[in-house]
Amino acid sequence: MTFDERQGYIVLATLAAPLLAMTLLFFVPGSKKMAARYISLAFATIMLALSVYIFVAYQVHGGDIQMQLRWEWVQNVAFLGKDGISLHLGVDGISALMALLTGVVAFAGTLVAWKIDFRTKDFFILYWMLIGGVYGTFFSLDLFFFFFFYELAVVPLYMLIGIWGSTRKEYGAMKLTLMLVGGSALIWIGIFATFHQTGLGTFDLPTLWKAGADGTLTPEFQKVFFPFFVVGCGVLAALWPLHTWSPDGHMAAPTAVSMVHAGVLMKLGAFGIIRLGIQLMPAGASFWMPGLMVLGVIGAVYGATAALTQRDFKLISGYSSVSHMGYVLMGLATLNQIGVSGAVLQMFSHGVMTALVFLMIGALYDQAHTRDLKDFGGLGKVMPMWVIFYTIAGLANVGLPGLSGFTAEFHIFVGTFQTYPVFGALAIFAAALAAAYMLRMFSIVFFGPFNPRWSSLRDITPLETISGGLLIGAMLAMGIWWAPFLDRVGHSVMLLPGVTG
Amino acid sequence: MGRDYTIFIPEYLAAGSAAAIVAIELIWPRFRKDALAYLTALAALAWFVSSLFFIGKTPGDFQGLIRTDSFTTFFRLLGAGIVFVVALMSATYMRERTKVAAEYYGLLLVAGVAMVYMAAARELITAYISLELLSFSLYILVGYLKRDNLSSEASLKYILLGAFSSAMLLYGLSILYGVTGTTTYDGVAHALATRAGTTDSAVVVSLMLVLAGVGFKVSAAPFHMWAPDAYEGAPLPITAFLSTASKAAGFALIVRLFSTAFQVDAIEWRWAVAILAALTMSVGNLIAIQQTSMKRLIAYSSIGQVGYMLVVIAAMGYGDAKVGHDATAALLLHITGYVISTLALFAALTAYYNRTGNDSIVGLRGLAETQPFLAVVITASLFSFAGLLFFAGFSTKLFMFQASTSHALMWLIGLAVLNSFISLYYYLMVMRQIYLFGPEGGLTRFRVSPVLGVVAGALLLGVLFIGIFPAPAFRGAERAVNPLFDLSAGSVHVVTR
Repeated sequence: MTFDERQGYIVLATLAAPLLAMTLLFFVPGSKKMAARYISLAFATIMLALSVYIFVAYQVHGGDIQMQLRWEWVQNVAFLGKDGISLHLGVDGISALMALLTGVVAFAGTLVAWKIDFRTKDFFILYWMLIGGVYGTFFSLDLFFFFFFYELAVVPLYMLIGIWGSTRKEYGAMKLTLMLVGGSALIWIGIFATFHQTGLGTFDLPTLWKAGADGTLTPEFQKVFFPFFVVGCGVLAALWPLHTWSPDGHMAAPTAVSMVHAGVLMKLGAFGIIRLGIQLMPAGASFWMPGLMVLGVIGAVYGATAALTQRDFKLISGYSSVSHMGYVLMGLATLNQIGVSGAVLQMFSHGVMTALVFLMIGALYDQAHTRDLKDFGGLGKVMPMWVIFYTIAGLANVGLPGLSGFTAEFHIFVGTFQTYPVFGALAIFAAALAAAYMLRMFSIVFFGPFNPRWSSLRDITPLETISGGLLIGAMLAMGIWWAPFLDRVGHSVMLLPGVTG
Repeated sequence: MGRDYTIFIPEYLAAGSAAAIVAIELIWPRFRKDALAYLTALAALAWFVSSLFFIGKTPGDFQGLIRTDSFTTFFRLLGAGIVFVVALMSATYMRERTKVAAEYYGLLLVAGVAMVYMAAARELITAYISLELLSFSLYILVGYLKRDNLSSEASLKYILLGAFSSAMLLYGLSILYGVTGTTTYDGVAHALATRAGTTDSAVVVSLMLVLAGVGFKVSAAPFHMWAPDAYEGAPLPITAFLSTASKAAGFALIVRLFSTAFQVDAIEWRWAVAILAALTMSVGNLIAIQQTSMKRLIAYSSIGQVGYMLVVIAAMGYGDAKVGHDATAALLLHITGYVISTLALFAALTAYYNRTGNDSIVGLRGLAETQPFLAVVITASLFSFAGLLFFAGFSTKLFMFQASTSHALMWLIGLAVLNSFISLYYYLMVMRQIYLFGPEGGLTRFRVSPVLGVVAGALLLGVLFIGIFPAPAFRGAERAVNPLFDLSAGSVHVVTR
């Protein structure tokens, strides 16, 4: 067994861990709530460790795709050729960073979900199903399994939000599920057409990427089917105007689900655009990317403007997510190395900081049972740690140097200015709006006159502190010493077809 | 053209047991009704095991009318499996509702036998007789609860519309005989390939009539009107039988008939099948949204499934032998997954119905708390229908559509995917009742009878197995369709005019 193969088993273990946790929990009696929690925590710790390992072990000067593992699944049957469908796992610089993000956010989410007391076991089963889907999508190098895990990540959300959610949970859950699955219906059609067009009899992504680059997938074909993949994945990445599920979904979701959802799940959409858009259809990408740029800018500005007028904490964060994912799409649309790297960094940065924001909102909502901005004031007096954590998250959101948001957005803006100066200016305008809505919220909630109704509020719990501390650590790491992040991402981004230096 | 009587051994067992079961109740009228069910299951098991011996054997032939090749073996195993499960499902259900059950179980076995000969027939009259044998058994089975008005009404409606469709089918077959002068599939194919151009309109009319006739049997829209009523009125296990065996048998007949006899004239019927598929899936899925009864919901959802399956028949017409081979292999895999999922769903619903007597969707409220196991089984089957997660439907549907994809049919594939998406909505509405609400009417946690529990559990494992390891079943399905398609190049000559 070579070194790379052995590493491949690490990747497999990372993917298997949540699925194993899910299966194990299935056999735990529903009344044993603590057992469900400790099993989950144990697996979350393993996943975090493995994710960190994958990120660190990814060699910047090695091949693009490392730690590969390939298990044949179906081949030599009917239309499937000798390569057929296989569980082909591996990581490149982009998915290594995404794996790290998933590990961090899933761990933080587990700690936060500790509080859940209603059908605890069922919650964690669905939670791990979701996380398994997320890992699977990031690691899959086979189109079939990519899509399989993509769906696996989306479907449990219906029940997670519908059962454990809050405000208008049924509406939010149904809207979210239908929109996301509607998006994957487009991906489905794209997959059928692509497989048929290549005529290679395999779903293996590297093989299909080659077919995309060497013209087996003709440029005309790519132009027709690129939108299927990109709009399909774009729904999950809150691509304007298909973002409307996002604020409603976030508002309805329970805290841990919001964290995972905004933290990693939305990243699957952007990741799908890289894998199925840029890598599979380079000719389609160069044709359609200006369009994506326009939609990305609209999303960035629109999200920030909408956030400025909201009164519900979660809606502010929901719209701010739309805005930040707009940056990601802009970064991808630049098709130059700085911009695309910035987009991937932003995926990480937005993931950890939004997770922290939702964590803080949850900590408040669980006690106050309201999320209306106007109800609060002067919370700095009763919840100092809460205010500090929230402020850090907010400042990362705004793009303060020293925190991850700055690193990511800086790269995106530079990239955008290189290709589309006008849109670059608009993006900076959106960043200014971000400062406005964050500071507006801070001034009302943290400082303003103290409302004695809230004198009984307690500060964040130790579990929330650990969880938040982990996320802040990730934000600081990328903000201060971004070289290890940028090296890995930039290495893989440079090798994407059609990306200029 | 020999007369080899040994090829019928599995059906001797099945039909012989059917006669024996009727005799038992005749001689001992007080014989326990659920014991009859287990006897039937035992007979089905023997039938299944004896069919296993045909795997890998050289195909048997009876005067060119019936052929026991791997295609037949596939449907033998499927048919015996369905009868086995349905018999077990019926045990408690029928014991509580009737005093005479022997004919019920006898006819169940006979209907299963009919299914096998629909797959095995290589001659029009034989195919027609097998199809009628299945239909007549089902007419009685659907109306078996004769004190139940709904059941009688369903049976009457089914008979009237069934007779109408049989007439259409017969009329189509007779015109076909007029044009070709033969009734064997091979003879028809040869005669169609060499016929004069002046017979075009007669051939088209006969093909359309045949399509309408078989379309009725598989409940393709617009010939689906009987299905929801028959499903609703029939005893619950028979509803399961209707939506599995009856559909599988219909497709067995269609696949063999169209791939051997009609393939040469694909250009004359393929467009009609494509339209039929489009109509069937859209009608089924759109009407399913408005249903309040679980049985009717499944009826419409299974109409939608038939639409997906018809896509394969259309693809067979538009493609060459390779496409036909791949697509029908995927179709057989999909049918297997669909049958297992449906049976799992009905096993769970029967267990629930035995306890509550409620078959409305709202009646499932709070099932996740009163019976989490049944909730999981129902969830798995419905997600399998929707083609999601790691359940059978995900891979089988993906394979089926992938194999059918071609330039000419891209619109139909797109529509099929859109329909899958629509179907998710009404499956989620069921899920919503199960998981998002508490139980009503003071229903507390209850136990499932061990037989139904084991059956549902085993079928659930089947749904997972096909979803996670489709390769073995896919290989089996491919072997089953091998005799239907000659893959050596140029052997299939589509008449292009």
